[in-house]
This record gives sequence, structure tokens and C-alpha cells, in this order.
Amino acid sequence: MTQIPLEHGLILAAVLFALGLTGVLVRRNLIFILLSLEVMLNAAGLAFVAAGSRWQQPDGQILFLFILVVAAAEVSIGLALLLLLQRRTASLSIDDVSGMRG
Amino acid sequence: MEAVFYISGAAAVAATAAAVTRRNAAHALLYLVVSLLAVAVVFYTLGAPYIAALEVIVYAGAIMVLFVFVIMMLNPSAGNPSADPERGDASLRDGKLWIGPALLSIILGIELVYLFGANASGEAGRIMTAPGAVGVALLGPYVLGVELASMLLLAALVGAYHLGRRDLPGEVLPAEGEGGRE
Repeated sequence: MTQIPLEHGLILAAVLFALGLTGVLVRRNLIFILLSLEVMLNAAGLAFVAAGSRWQQPDGQILFLFILVVAAAEVSIGLALLLLLQRRTASLSIDDVSGMRG
Repeated sequence: MEAVFYISGAAAVAATAAAVTRRNAAHALLYLVVSLLAVAVVFYTLGAPYIAALEVIVYAGAIMVLFVFVIMMLNPSAGNPSADPERGDASLRDGKLWIGPALLSIILGIELVYLFGANASGEAGRIMTAPGAVGVALLGPYVLGVELASMLLLAALVGAYHLGRRDLPGEVLPAEGEGGRE
């Protein structure tokens, strides 16, 4: 049984990451930005798992687990901030908070 | 087995592209769930069944439920100004909306049945990294990372609670800038 080449897994991860990055840069709705961040984190995890499967080691899968934890923490904080923004400004546009000064 | 990888990879790319470009957040969420399921199939073909299960349970299950919860809590027609606020979110009841995600899901379902058949007949002679090996490595050399992950999750829990807290009258903690000084 032939192995799927590492390059193909990495190409798939790169395409997904590029899609997520485009979403982060183009969309102005905060929900979509968080969604695109999820896509990017997932693509990074896919690259780790593809590399781990190339050398038949469990390390790549463990790194994916850590990425999963980071994604869960990021999304819970991000959605809490999103609710706060909605409560304060009654909008979800990222441009409304661009005038914020530390 | 290779064909399964390429088909589900293409499904993942298509679903992700659709998710990023939708106008309505609920529609985008549907496509994103399909995309995560497709990536789970990719993980399985790469020989990581444990990660594939976690992707479905944690990503497509828990994290996406968080998104659904927030989108339903907010204005249901966010990003879709033409929706009638009186009738709530009618966009999810539109039958045409479900065609795309359903087609991609059917493709993934066929792949799943095929993989089960290939496993039963023993022709999928792929080397899988068993969940046991992942667990042994996780609690062996990587145990410090597990502790750090637990700290991060605890910090996220406390942070999300603090951000979502509403100021209630008669609260023990004083609200910011007021009270607690007299």
C-alpha cells in the first residue's frame, strides 16, 4: 500500500490556510474573522498530522491536540469579546473598533 | 485509499471556500462543519484515527456548537439585512441552502462506508498510529505540555466568565470604578 506523499498533505494544508487567511483579511464581520481563524488553526494542525504520518510518529498528532486546546481557548475568549462588542456598539463590524486607543 | 484522500481534500477546500464567502453567518457555519468533517476523513486516510475522532467530537462538535450558540444569541439575521426580523431567521428554512452542504456530506458518507468496507475486507493495509501510542507519548515526554494546556484552558474559562459577566445589584465584587469606596 503506497503512502500518500507528504507534499500533497502539505499542499492541502497550505490551500486551507490561504483560504482562512483570505477570510481574515477580506471579511469585516467579527464572526467570519473568528471562523477564518479556526480554518487557519485547523490547516496548521493538518500540516502537523501529515508530517507525523510521514515518519510514523505520534508527535504530530500530539501537536494537533495542543493546537486543538489553543483553538478552544481562543474561540471561547473571542466569542465572549464578540458578545461584549455587540452589547456596547450594537454591531459586529471590525471597523467600529479600529478607533480604539489603548 | 489515495482516492479517498484526494476527494475529501477537494471537499474540504470547496466547503472552506464556501464558508469564507457566505454572507449569512449561519450558512457559513454549515459549510465550516462540513469542511471540518472532510478534514477528519483526511486525517483518517493519513493514518491518524484518534485525531480524526477528536476533530469530529471537539472541532465539529464542541467548538462549532459555541459558534451556533453565539450566532443564535445575537441578531439571527446578522449579515443578512433583508431578513424579516418579525419572523426570526427564515434563512435556515430555505431548502436550497441545504443542497450544497448535503451534497458534500453525502460524498463524505460514501467515503466512510467505503472505508468501513475496505477495513472489513482487510485490503486497507495502511499503517495507523494507534491511539494508544499517542496516549503513551502524550503522558510521557509531553506531560509538561498537557499541564500547560490545562492552565491555558483554565485561564480561558476564567477570562470568558469575566468577559461575559453582567453587573448584578448586590454583588460581592464591586463593579469597575464604582462602589467599594464608601
